[in-house]
Amino acid sequence: MSAPRSLFGKGSIISPNDMMSRSEAQAFLERVVKLSKADTIGAQLGGGYNGNIRFAANRISTSGGVSNSQLVVQSGYGPKHAVVTTGDFSDAGIERAVRQSEAIARLVPDDPENMPLLPPQQYNDVKAYFDSTANLTPADRAAAAHTALDAAKAAGDLAAAGFIIAGSSYNAIASNTGLYAYFPATSANYQLTVRTNDGTGSGWAAADNPDWSQIDFKAVSDRAIQKARASRNPVAVEPGRYTVILEPQAVGDLVQLLAFSLDARSADEGRSAFSKTGGGTRIGEKIVDSKVTLFSDPADPQLRGQPWNGEGLPLNRELWIENGVLKQLAYSRFWAQKKNTRPNNGGLGAVKMIGGDATTEQMIASTPRGILVTRLWYLRQVDPRTVLYTGLTRDGTFLIENGKVTKAVKNLRFNESPLFMLNNLEMIGRAERVAGTESGGNVVFPTIKVKDFNFTSLSDAV
Amino acid sequence: MTNRRDFLKTGAAASALALAGPALTRAEAFAQRVDAAPELPAMDPATKELLVEALNAAKMGGAAFADARIGRYRNNFVVTREKQIVNVVDTDTLGVGVRVLVNGTWGFGASRDLTKAGVVAATREALAIAKANALPAADRVRLAAATPTPDGRYVTPHRIDPFTVPIEEKADLLIRANTEAMKVNGVKFVNSNMFFVKEEKNYANTEGTFTTQTVIRSWLPFAATAVKPDFSDFQTRTNVIQPAARGYEYLTDAKPVENAQKWGEEAAEKLAAKPVEVGRYDLVLHPSHLWLTIHESIAHPTELDRAMGYEANYAGTSFLAPPREKLGKFRYGPSFMNIEGDRDQEGGCSTIGWDDDGVKPDRFLIIKNGVVNDYQTTREQAPMLDWWYESQKRPVRSHGCCHGDNWSSVQFQRMPNVSLLPGVKEQSYEDLIAATDKGIAIIGDGSFSIDQQRYNAQFGGQLFYEIKGGKIVGQLKDVAYQMRTPDFWNAMDMIGGKKSYEMGASFFDGKGQPGQVNAVSHGCVPSRFRNINVINTGRKA
Repeated sequence: MSAPRSLFGKGSIISPNDMMSRSEAQAFLERVVKLSKADTIGAQLGGGYNGNIRFAANRISTSGGVSNSQLVVQSGYGPKHAVVTTGDFSDAGIERAVRQSEAIARLVPDDPENMPLLPPQQYNDVKAYFDSTANLTPADRAAAAHTALDAAKAAGDLAAAGFIIAGSSYNAIASNTGLYAYFPATSANYQLTVRTNDGTGSGWAAADNPDWSQIDFKAVSDRAIQKARASRNPVAVEPGRYTVILEPQAVGDLVQLLAFSLDARSADEGRSAFSKTGGGTRIGEKIVDSKVTLFSDPADPQLRGQPWNGEGLPLNRELWIENGVLKQLAYSRFWAQKKNTRPNNGGLGAVKMIGGDATTEQMIASTPRGILVTRLWYLRQVDPRTVLYTGLTRDGTFLIENGKVTKAVKNLRFNESPLFMLNNLEMIGRAERVAGTESGGNVVFPTIKVKDFNFTSLSDAV
Repeated sequence: MTNRRDFLKTGAAASALALAGPALTRAEAFAQRVDAAPELPAMDPATKELLVEALNAAKMGGAAFADARIGRYRNNFVVTREKQIVNVVDTDTLGVGVRVLVNGTWGFGASRDLTKAGVVAATREALAIAKANALPAADRVRLAAATPTPDGRYVTPHRIDPFTVPIEEKADLLIRANTEAMKVNGVKFVNSNMFFVKEEKNYANTEGTFTTQTVIRSWLPFAATAVKPDFSDFQTRTNVIQPAARGYEYLTDAKPVENAQKWGEEAAEKLAAKPVEVGRYDLVLHPSHLWLTIHESIAHPTELDRAMGYEANYAGTSFLAPPREKLGKFRYGPSFMNIEGDRDQEGGCSTIGWDDDGVKPDRFLIIKNGVVNDYQTTREQAPMLDWWYESQKRPVRSHGCCHGDNWSSVQFQRMPNVSLLPGVKEQSYEDLIAATDKGIAIIGDGSFSIDQQRYNAQFGGQLFYEIKGGKIVGQLKDVAYQMRTPDFWNAMDMIGGKKSYEMGASFFDGKGQPGQVNAVSHGCVPSRFRNINVINTGRKA
């Protein structure tokens, strides 16, 4: 792709050499590669600028602008290798990093799994750089924050806390095998929590897009305020198995974690939910409801991820689960060679579950008794054998009775596996890009309705 | 909360136990209190010049207060599995972060460009942001007074700087430990790493404080996994050596090679352990486990920024709010429960000479005789509790809990070492087990999750032992306990004495937006909790 026109936004005062064009980065990396005295050298260069504004209790708190870059050098002698990173881009600093990685590489034991560096590759063209984001100023970010601050202050009974971060960055790699890849991107993320001053209600909404102009700040405020008001004075329900409607954020919170467990090697080694009792893996088995299809694809317009992994391997569309069947697991280059298959790892940071056509209203209308969940919080793995996680609902949890949302309920702790949950899938809605999973990444998930979701205790937290 | 993203980066879970490590007694900790020694190196003159340049630019730009930090942050990772090396990584980052207060509004700018022009550009960025965000008069920041320190020097006490140890020696130690664990029948996989941190931090502010400090931390994550031959089960024993602010000698003193076989056996034994029956049990929690429960259910809710709502959009608020209704009133636990904050215990990951406000931290009782007595504070936060300190005839001062995790991160309130003080009676973990009729003893930290106000939590562990009639009768698996914070701490009825005091730690406590990760330590004694709800996590469908 062609280089973006304005590589460094007008918003920043800080040193512009932290944002390099395709040709600048290539020239820089060629200089690094030429310094090498080792058998192999692979170098990765990344940098950029991020500006942020933070607010809470209806006032702006800490805010900043950070400009930074990093060079990562991996030197190799046969099966020995070592990595050194530096932010010192002076001639002496670069040379020091190269020499240090060489010195360490000579001393380390052989890595029997070492793979040769990749030759030049072809990559998909992904547009993820938008001038609307790169050119932001501190005043633009402050104005965006004021959409929520002013609305909450004017209401009189609300407190807004939020965070906006936006910036531009690039990533590039090169090696002495002729590999070169470059990817510029912008990102903008907005998360907002509105709490009611009586302490009984809390609502959350968010938006994430590489293109700042696509973020509707007022819509986010309206949604968080609506959730805060509606979640006041929650009632307790008995923990147990419930029909649950999970909004896209809540689905992403839990199902993204399933994507992280799709490692082929662990499955082959017998230490994964995808290991088959008796030996081998569960590839080819139906593991979830046939309505579920999960894939990764940096070029998907809702995902827009980096189209190559840390080794420079091209990342294309990979189907992981198709119509409920486990199609493949993620293979590193070493493990793929050992298992005589194609390497395909590194792309699960941009993951999407294909949506359906049910609306949230239809899901609610078809539910005699259930719970509507806005998002999940503090998810931690409890049992890797079943990808079982625990966590809690947060910032908008509601009771559904006879096809209607009737009241707010107290938050609930769950112990549930995305594998179990997606076997109990009843309805599926439109897939949306979500903004706030605990693991980050570009993730797109639909609203879903599932039965028998396992809540194990009640929380008094608002 | 501890941060999953960073767990993933290192491929290892949080932290661990000092059964094998050198347990530091409270008495020893007191004896080893850290103080700046006069022979420590002075601040590099060129660094000082750049700091002064930033402060002058800030004052010229209208800042009433400013501070600047120039830091070098280094990590060293040695990654192994089974009998082989996976990778060796050295990271190094150096730069400046400038914070300005203009008309009571903060701004922050950071850059790796350590020229005079670069430092001034970062300062101007901070000034521009502060001016764009100008606060109404009523909302403006007020800082508690702090005594300037014109020449503060601090270095983490250590015998061996890990960054001077040859890489071959580190790799050899790990691979020998792995090999010992692999000798155990059933143990198929071992992942072990070394993870070292060295932070060289220089701080200056417009009130005349200049400090130069070097912090060293060391950790050896180790995990042995046993797999049943038919792939019907696998179990891992991990979190065996606690991270600490200590030198390389700490890891060799923990004797990983000598202990690896035992850790492997513990993994293999878990395959044969009995699934727990759900119900209520008395829990005897070893310090290698309890530190994390303290971290989540005491250290986080007593952060003043959380109680005041400043973390509402991410880490959350606190059930311990508002402070006016809680200080001196709220009963957290029994009268023998005392929780102290400090930044001077040797080995504590939060231990430091001066914080990132330029404040010398003090020791303070967060919970005194079971009742809430204080919160963790910075200079910005201490004045919010002036009414309380004045009523107690205590000074309105910061407890020195201000911290930025890198030169590129703005500093804010982070936790000190937050520790459960030993009981008067000298009793041990074994004494607590002997006094228990029907219970479960838990060693090591496992999965952990707590809500955004720190009420409802669930904790797993590493090793679970069934107690009957004062004796351990066998190993259990699939154990997790659920709790409501005040109920749980008020169910504590026995605690260990000074000799049973140990510290637990994590390198990855996450908070703030943009997210920052800091290292935390919590000292504690083994403790017993009555009638706690235990669930079985071994679901099949």
